[in-house]
Amino acid sequence: MRTTTKSESIPVRSSAEVVSVRHLVRRWAVELGFTLVEQTKIVTAASELARNMVDYGGGGTMTVEALEEDARKGLRLIFEDQGPGIPDIDMALRDGFTSGSGMGLGLGGSKRLSNEFEIRSAPGEGTRVAITRWKGAA
Amino acid sequence: MERIPILKMGRFLLVSIQVDMDDRTAMSLQDDLTERIVKDRAKGVLIDISSLDVVDSFIGRMLANTAAMAHILDAETVVVGMQPSVAITLVELGLSLKGVRSALNVERGMELLRTMREDSDSMDAHDHEE
Repeated sequence: MRTTTKSESIPVRSSAEVVSVRHLVRRWAVELGFTLVEQTKIVTAASELARNMVDYGGGGTMTVEALEEDARKGLRLIFEDQGPGIPDIDMALRDGFTSGSGMGLGLGGSKRLSNEFEIRSAPGEGTRVAITRWKGAA
Repeated sequence: MERIPILKMGRFLLVSIQVDMDDRTAMSLQDDLTERIVKDRAKGVLIDISSLDVVDSFIGRMLANTAAMAHILDAETVVVGMQPSVAITLVELGLSLKGVRSALNVERGMELLRTMREDSDSMDAHDHEE
């Protein structure tokens, strides 16, 4: 059974708050005993998704959750905005696809850096992305 | 917003990024470096990122753009000190930074800049002979 042992939410509305996201996720990853590479991967994924919310979603909220499932521990990050939403999610996940000025690596890249990736979005209904990394997972 | 200091050493510019930059700070560093290359007639730029524990696609793109702009302005760029965990993550993210020269540390980076500069200076001299 999967349980959330604790959680915390922060607003993400500016590029300065994207830096705060990186610091918060780093702190939780260190607390959970993630290796340096695991920390770097989830912090980088968080940075990409937080920036997406600021650049395309009009800002939003990130929630970080510490997870336990049987003997394993993990970190789950949820990014929610009330922005215009993504009309074509498959397209948005493709590397190099961008509707703005970025490189188009944000969604696909953060998916590769995570063990689990969920996205829910519809035009006019905002976007919700959740990623999970388990400690000790490849 | 913080501003990253740029040091001049002979014909080279040195930057050591010691803070976790937000996007605006990264953009202003790119602009400042480009301006300083012209103003100081710099022939090389060394960017030390050994203190950075995260390089995401935005900062990666800033490094690549800076190197590309410097190249057009006749200066070489070397990025030094990337942490192994950052390199692993960048590749998985999908950013290979192919156009960016790199070196292990500042000392090797300076050597590389000097060698690159000598090569291009001797090519210039050769051009004049013809």
